Amino acid sequence: MNFNEFSPMHLAYLKKQRTTKIVVHLLQVAFLLVFLGVWELATHLGWVDGFIFSSPSRVWKTLTDLFSQGDLIKHVWASTWETILGFFIGTVLGMLIAIILWWNDMVKRVFEPYLVVLNSLPKIALGPLIIIWAGTGKAAIVTMAVLISVVITALNMLVGFCQTEPSKILLMRTFKANKAQIFFKLVFPANIPNLLATLKINVGMSWVGTITGEYLVSKEGLGYLIVYGSQVFRLDLVMTCTIVLCLLAGLMYGSVALLEKSVKFDQ
Amino acid sequence: MKNDILKMQGVTKVFYTKTAQTVAVENLSLAVKEGEFVAIIGPSGCGKTTLLSLIAKLIEPTTGSILLSSNKKHAVGYMLQQDHLFPWRTVEKNVLLGLEVTKNLNYETKKYASDLLEKYGLGDFKKHLPSQISGGMRQRVALIRTLATNPDLLLLDEPFSALDFQTRLEVCDDVYSIIRRENKTTVLVTHDISEAISVADKIYVLSKRPAKVKKVFQCNLQEYTTPLKRRESEEFGKYFEEIYKCLNGADDEL
Repeated sequence: MNFNEFSPMHLAYLKKQRTTKIVVHLLQVAFLLVFLGVWELATHLGWVDGFIFSSPSRVWKTLTDLFSQGDLIKHVWASTWETILGFFIGTVLGMLIAIILWWNDMVKRVFEPYLVVLNSLPKIALGPLIIIWAGTGKAAIVTMAVLISVVITALNMLVGFCQTEPSKILLMRTFKANKAQIFFKLVFPANIPNLLATLKINVGMSWVGTITGEYLVSKEGLGYLIVYGSQVFRLDLVMTCTIVLCLLAGLMYGSVALLEKSVKFDQ
Repeated sequence: MKNDILKMQGVTKVFYTKTAQTVAVENLSLAVKEGEFVAIIGPSGCGKTTLLSLIAKLIEPTTGSILLSSNKKHAVGYMLQQDHLFPWRTVEKNVLLGLEVTKNLNYETKKYASDLLEKYGLGDFKKHLPSQISGGMRQRVALIRTLATNPDLLLLDEPFSALDFQTRLEVCDDVYSIIRRENKTTVLVTHDISEAISVADKIYVLSKRPAKVKKVFQCNLQEYTTPLKRRESEEFGKYFEEIYKCLNGADDEL
């Protein structure tokens, strides 16, 4: 873009846009700093009990201790790996289900109600069953993460597939396109924005699955640490893990958002 | 005497729904000669689109026969009301869609499509996305997408109805001249009388649903080279009046 072509008023407009953006970022950082400051101060002045509510300095200490013991990396890695696995398996499986249901109207009509019921079922209720079926290892946790994301993926994608403009399908049919061509040349590309939105949802979903899975069974991972911390009343540990979890989930969401940005096209 | 490329005889199409059955087309016969530009005109909702779907073999007639004399596998090109360009494909890729789907994409067909784009002023926009070009240009791209498969018979379903009046006249001129230069046999469906007169050699006037042929008009306006010139001609008004009367007259005048 050539800025020389822009009128002074246009430049002023752009500058204002930029300023607003910077102000928003500054305020975001400021909010975080104030929040941490008040939290720290409150525990120091005895407004709240630092043992129960922890404090930024205690969290920092716990974090560095965990890191130097090599535990932090181990637990973070365990949870992240389970989540990523659950995320991919859940997304791919959900997508396959959506494709099968889209492909065959009869199958769709038979199975859609089951899918809707499964979707409203709190998957955590299946926890005990999963432990018995998949064992008490990582498999149970990944299964949980998959279960939580697969149904919503299937439903979301199916709705998207079925909402493909009928007249565009008609266009494909005027060229005598078969079902596979209609899917790969029209329905799937038209649903890429929908897929990306689903991926974003699934980041959150698979973290929910992993952490609840780790609550139920596990010997490592952030969910394990949180449960362990609360049982031995080390609330610093609970708080620290929660904050690390926030950062990890944010990071994963951020990478999906970045992916979305790179494939965006003008509708 | 040229051969009939399309012959419909006694075609009836009935649609069934839960609560009713609808006769969309009833005992309809028509013929289109090679190189002819035929317009089919009728009141809204009279079954015109059904008629085109029948010709394109997207649906089967309930009774009657539709004969298409062409030895090509993909003999019919169908242009819909809207351009329906895929927003994620460039202009060039959109134009190649039909060739890809019919598995006819090779060096020659690709060159043919590319030449069409050049010839009709879209050469510089090949790499553009549909959202980056005007409505009139999009319609031209849609026509070229249809022409790229080199059909023997071109079906146009109110191809200008989505455009504003000004653009409509321009695009109509555009499309007409492209079709004439590429020498395509064409069937245009419309509810706009002036549009039909401005392009067609022969006009079929249909009745209200179920669609039957009310009357056939032969338009002798070939001396005028563009739709716009036809619109300005003396005879235009005369044709318009006749067809208007026929279209709005009682159906039992048949």
